[in-house]
Amino acid sequence: MTEFFQQLINGLALGAIYALIALGYTMVYGVLRFINFAHSDVLMLGAFAAYFLAPVVQSAGTGASVFSAIFIVVIAAAICAVIGMLIEFLAYRPLRQRPKLTVLITAIGVSLFIEFTGQHKAVFGANTKPFPKLLPESTINFGAVSMQSNDVVILLFTALLLAGLWLVIQHTRTGMAMRAVSFNEKAAVLMGVNINRIISFTFGLGSALAAVAGIFYAMRSPGIDPLMGMKPGLYAFVAAVIGGIGNLPGAALGGLLLGLLETFAGGIPGVSNYRDGIAFAILIVILLFKPAGLLGRIQPEKV
Amino acid sequence: MKRLFLRFLILVVTTGLLFTSSCSKEGGDTIKVGEFASLTGKEATFGQSSHEGTLLAIEEINAAGGVLGKKLQLLTEDTQSKSGESATVVNKLVSRDGAVAILGEVASTRSLEAAPICQQSKIPMISPSSTNPKVTETGDFIFRVCFIDPFQGTVMANFASKSLKAGKVAVFTDVKSDYSKGLAKFFKEQFVKNGGQIVAELDFNGGDKDFKAQLTAIKAANPDAVFVPGYYTDAALIAIQARQLGLNVPLLGGDGWESEKLTEIGKDAVEGHYFSTHYHPDVGSDLSKRFVDNYRKRWSGKNPDALAACAYDSALVLADAIKRAATTDGTRVRDALATTKDFKAVTGNITINAQRDASKAAVILQVKGGKFKYLETVEP
Repeated sequence: MTEFFQQLINGLALGAIYALIALGYTMVYGVLRFINFAHSDVLMLGAFAAYFLAPVVQSAGTGASVFSAIFIVVIAAAICAVIGMLIEFLAYRPLRQRPKLTVLITAIGVSLFIEFTGQHKAVFGANTKPFPKLLPESTINFGAVSMQSNDVVILLFTALLLAGLWLVIQHTRTGMAMRAVSFNEKAAVLMGVNINRIISFTFGLGSALAAVAGIFYAMRSPGIDPLMGMKPGLYAFVAAVIGGIGNLPGAALGGLLLGLLETFAGGIPGVSNYRDGIAFAILIVILLFKPAGLLGRIQPEKV
Repeated sequence: MKRLFLRFLILVVTTGLLFTSSCSKEGGDTIKVGEFASLTGKEATFGQSSHEGTLLAIEEINAAGGVLGKKLQLLTEDTQSKSGESATVVNKLVSRDGAVAILGEVASTRSLEAAPICQQSKIPMISPSSTNPKVTETGDFIFRVCFIDPFQGTVMANFASKSLKAGKVAVFTDVKSDYSKGLAKFFKEQFVKNGGQIVAELDFNGGDKDFKAQLTAIKAANPDAVFVPGYYTDAALIAIQARQLGLNVPLLGGDGWESEKLTEIGKDAVEGHYFSTHYHPDVGSDLSKRFVDNYRKRWSGKNPDALAACAYDSALVLADAIKRAATTDGTRVRDALATTKDFKAVTGNITINAQRDASKAAVILQVKGGKFKYLETVEP
């Protein structure tokens, strides 16, 4: 029983991170109808931004404190938001009127470009780097089940970001415009929505979430390298599809589901090696029965 | 269109031929030695240490007048710690650059990739520190100057049962690595023979970041120690997450742990854990002391690790074989290598046995205060 609860906590914390990343995939799909494969690399860039910011911020302030951590996360998210918007502006916008396949291939190209530029000696280098402590860490014990203070922060913060995102999309003019673009691009233009600005905003928002997810991921396992985004990126993509791509609550649900699945499968001796396979088998089964994903139809609102 | 394509093809083929023939000119006043190493990537410190050791040896040999009246020229290629890359770069070293022998790699998986190429081209290859037995089983042109995993696994299993008095051990294997799988197998065999019990066996993929699921299962099995035959990046992250989950038992590893990155990433979480390796600067002969001094001088004060020492030895063994063969012909050098006997090297005396492995002692180190502390030497 102890083991079950321990795995539950492990899985939820991991799933929360997948959920944050999945939101970015699903938002971009909502407005542009294509998968931004470079999203997983923005996550990596977020972790590296925090890696370079942390010593500067912490030496100026009081070391690893809540205040400095928030400061680092906000700046890293802002940097990644700008990077996300730049990627859209430079690589995807010129191809807006081309077939979707062109943009998709470009996205893969952008992803590889960032990964391999990052591995160059003059940039980050391919070595794994130790990620600094952003928060004072402690372990909370419930009997034999132990929970990291970081995991609590990750879960609370993810819930907060989800709620915030929901508010932005449902209750602001920009959010309404995003939903309009997602619903019908041409009609939105006719109603006076500045489509370029909305798409930029979507990329910025998604990339900021990816940066936060990247920092959380690095806090859980403090070794970062330029290829660190590949695996969580893939899982989050699957999570977005399982939840119903284009659907925000679906992405969050898919992320949690995959985090739990991966963790429980990984804890079984003999099966631990097949956890990726199990996650993808589940994807196939879900799509066979619900081709639009778990929440793909029930929730018609898309962004 | 078809004709155009044909013309293009002919053009490509002829330029290719011209290029190769101009590059692979034999002779000259240097002897070309190829080296492939993981200079970047996940196991970058392995390649860097090895390269520094190899280069130091080559420079010393050249300063002493070279071999057969010629200077040795080291051609280094980076494998980027990736699979697939070793075959490409070794092919290039052998067929394009005209290397007379190949030195490398540390990781067994990558040595296994390159070995068939050297075997086919009849170019001797010496791995400085690949410990999986399969490496030299590839063929009679493949050698190594280190011990093999059946020995290393036995050493750590005996250490677990005798020195740590562990009765129950969990094994956590990197299924992507031949090295890890081999070492885990030999460890398990010996540990069970010693009367111990393997209480949990779990797997990970090298490069994973999240090990909590498997570590939770290991903790539930309540072992006295955990054997983690992986490489340093993974081992450091595993140690951190084990500590977070309250799994406070000693972790044991093999020579794949040896890197300053282990303590740099793992910090206090790797403290107190043990691993076996080839060599420690604190113990050893006068030759070893001289090597440590020269290495520090050459590489701005850096202390050599076991992988640097093994690589240094691999270059010395090769130079010795070329000298005895009195030619750079692959087959003759191979024969000379196979008869290497009691060669005085930094990591101990090297005698190449019938399996083309070196039978040498292992040392067990403990992580203490961010340094690797020497505990004991185990003779074969």
